[in-house]
Amino acid sequence: MATLFQGVGAVTPFSASTSLHSNKLHLPPRKSLSLSESRGAIFVHRSDARLNLKPATPKQDLLIPNAIATKGDTSTPTKSGHELLLFEALREGLEEEMERDPRVCVMGEDVGHYGGSYKVTKGLAEKYGDLRVLDTPIAENSFTGMGIGAAMTGLRPIVEGMNMGFLLLAFNQISNNCGMLHYTSGGQFTIPIVIRGPGGVGRQLGAEHSQRLESYFQSIPGIQMVACSTPYNAKGLMKAAIRSENPVILFEHVLLYNLKERIPDEEYVLSLEEAEMVRPGEHVTILTYSRMRYHVMQAAKTLVNKGYDPEVIDIRSLKPFDLYTIGRSVKKTHRVLIVEECMRTGGIGASLTAAITENFHDYLDAPIVCLSSQDVPTPYAGTLEEWTVVQPAQIVTAVEQLCQ
Amino acid sequence: MSFSATNFAQPRPVPVGVRSNEKPLSSDASRFRFRGPPSFLGSPHSLRFKPIPPFKLAIPHSQRSAASSVTHIANGKMVKSSANLLITKEEGLELYEDMILGRFFEDMCAQMYYRGKMFGFVHLYNGQEAVSTGFFKLLKKEDTVVSTYRDHVHALSKGVPARAVMSELFGKATGCCRGQGGSMHMFSKEHNVIGGFAFIGEGIPVATGAAFSSKYRREVLKEAGADQVTLAFFGDGTCNNGQFYECLNMAALWKLPIIFVVENNLWAIGMSHLRATSDPEIWKKGPAFGMPGVHVDGMDVLKVREVAKEAIERARRGDGPTLVECETYRFRGHSLADPDELRDPAEKARYAARDPISALKKYLFENKLASEQELKSIEKKIDEVLDDAVEYSDESPLPPRSQLLENVFADPKGFGIGPDGKYRCEDPKFTQGTAHV
Repeated sequence: MATLFQGVGAVTPFSASTSLHSNKLHLPPRKSLSLSESRGAIFVHRSDARLNLKPATPKQDLLIPNAIATKGDTSTPTKSGHELLLFEALREGLEEEMERDPRVCVMGEDVGHYGGSYKVTKGLAEKYGDLRVLDTPIAENSFTGMGIGAAMTGLRPIVEGMNMGFLLLAFNQISNNCGMLHYTSGGQFTIPIVIRGPGGVGRQLGAEHSQRLESYFQSIPGIQMVACSTPYNAKGLMKAAIRSENPVILFEHVLLYNLKERIPDEEYVLSLEEAEMVRPGEHVTILTYSRMRYHVMQAAKTLVNKGYDPEVIDIRSLKPFDLYTIGRSVKKTHRVLIVEECMRTGGIGASLTAAITENFHDYLDAPIVCLSSQDVPTPYAGTLEEWTVVQPAQIVTAVEQLCQ
Repeated sequence: MSFSATNFAQPRPVPVGVRSNEKPLSSDASRFRFRGPPSFLGSPHSLRFKPIPPFKLAIPHSQRSAASSVTHIANGKMVKSSANLLITKEEGLELYEDMILGRFFEDMCAQMYYRGKMFGFVHLYNGQEAVSTGFFKLLKKEDTVVSTYRDHVHALSKGVPARAVMSELFGKATGCCRGQGGSMHMFSKEHNVIGGFAFIGEGIPVATGAAFSSKYRREVLKEAGADQVTLAFFGDGTCNNGQFYECLNMAALWKLPIIFVVENNLWAIGMSHLRATSDPEIWKKGPAFGMPGVHVDGMDVLKVREVAKEAIERARRGDGPTLVECETYRFRGHSLADPDELRDPAEKARYAARDPISALKKYLFENKLASEQELKSIEKKIDEVLDDAVEYSDESPLPPRSQLLENVFADPKGFGIGPDGKYRCEDPKFTQGTAHV
């Protein structure tokens, strides 16, 4: 698997006189990038025999990515690389970066001795010590601020929110300091911090543990947000986020940690700003991210059987949007469906709808349809919880209506 | 005045964690009159109207024996012996110059504000110079300082040129933050000033992070000489904020090289410290977290300096944090927009009589460390520095449009990929500041 966009090293503070076409911003030609991306997507997303594949009932299939990505090119070798679960992929990315740069450190609740509540940092404290993998007291606002201060003075911390929802307590630091200080200091201080953690609707975890913070953070100027969805992009995005000079918020999903996939042995870093083509198609563009990708792929199976050809794109970069990949798709299919887990009001889908309408209005044959979660605090009861998030059946219906 | 460990070891009952409204302090009982049901909604303690008592170094039991020499200055007056003065002549003049710079600068700010050269919220430091000068003149360039919105003098004392601070206040491109920060956000990478924060308390975790960095460098990266200390300055109002307590805990837990300096000027805009705080003695909150808490007269630069010396050395050694409460006062209102009607004129007069600059002047004369002439020439020099700073700022250019988008991201790829496939920052309009992002 060819190494994709290699994160550039230290980027000097931007000044008007810096040539934008200098080596520092060397970007591979766009075309080859997305092509190799989709080639990668093919052999990676095969269904996994480890999980029990029963005839699909909606609840069973939530975790199983049994939709085949595309019928395309299978000439790439499938036996190289190694298989692991998503949380292990995150750990591998983290460990590689910690090995590479001694300034990379982790801080969060129970990341050290406990190994992380989702085992992402398991074993790292034994290897690197208690100061490099720091167990903090339960004080999100302060330890996030501490991470920001450490980032400003030369370290590269990764702050883990045990659950993304807890980072609501750190909103002051994330909004005011993380996003703003590079600007208000006139570019003097960089904040190469990564804030990561699991979010999203889980299995009956209750309202407060089922939050989608991407909608709250998206307006903060100065930060980047990415969402991982497969072990492959989890590792790549983790490494890219750590190497980035910008503050990055990496959204993981509670239900995706046990996804298994074969990833390359060679080192690779993905681009933080690019979207991922999951399944090329002709009839409709379906934009999604994180867990909803799997609902979409499941719906895609049904749609394919019904004769539709959906193009599925995992937008991955929640802020900023990759308008090139999205735009190219819109220009091809002329119909857009957005499927997300964010709330209806003010979510990522709402922003994406606005961005597409603004940029590609002329190419649309139908209004953009956005399927989001209900504006409801996630209930505990399983049935109610199921109805708050978008299910594959709804996706199928929406595509059918859109393509009329 | 000689300083020795014996001064500290005197068995003065140190009120560790004792709440004064439960039982009176042994020797200072007169200070705390429990009023019974308070006639106003606030602390039962009275404001101190007496001369500052000897400051207490409250050290938790486990550390008491390890305390090294701490100064003991009796009854609020400078006690001197002819052989041992607190400072040398050079140091005295340096302190004087720094305080004069702070005072004259702030006065110039007020002038410029009323002339319409600077805008927004401007918070002046008049009266509190002893705290700034007392601490900063003991710091190295590599030490880090974090402040709040009342940060002009902190930046100046740390070494940021007056020109850079003044033009930042004027909003010019030559300001220390390129005009993007303003009065409340003074930053300097060269002098390790990391803010300047508008919300109170939000700088304290950042300071804790800087201290963590220092410890990390020493213990993980094994850098030689990594003993930078961090100073976090904030006020009495901040001491009721959660971030303060969370950071006291973390700093003491990991023995971070940080000093929490509380500039208790008794007022948070119009809220008296007594009306906002259940136990107004902030220094007592240090021992509750396992660090020494010190109270010092913040109107006396020499006392502040002595406490600062001890606290900074403690942090540099790796012995952990200290909480220093400096009792001080601001002669002006909270900001230039504050009419300052709530404070009692008698209180203001009392503190004006304790002007730190006059006090130092008196000390220098009494101990024959400086002449009138020398001090006047310092003042003249500072006048010239400030006139130059104002002129420089007047003549500096305003930030051009092209500056608008430059510093949003350290790596401008963060603006994303546009519909044409190129990164937004590659758009030629980006450098002009007119790109659509």
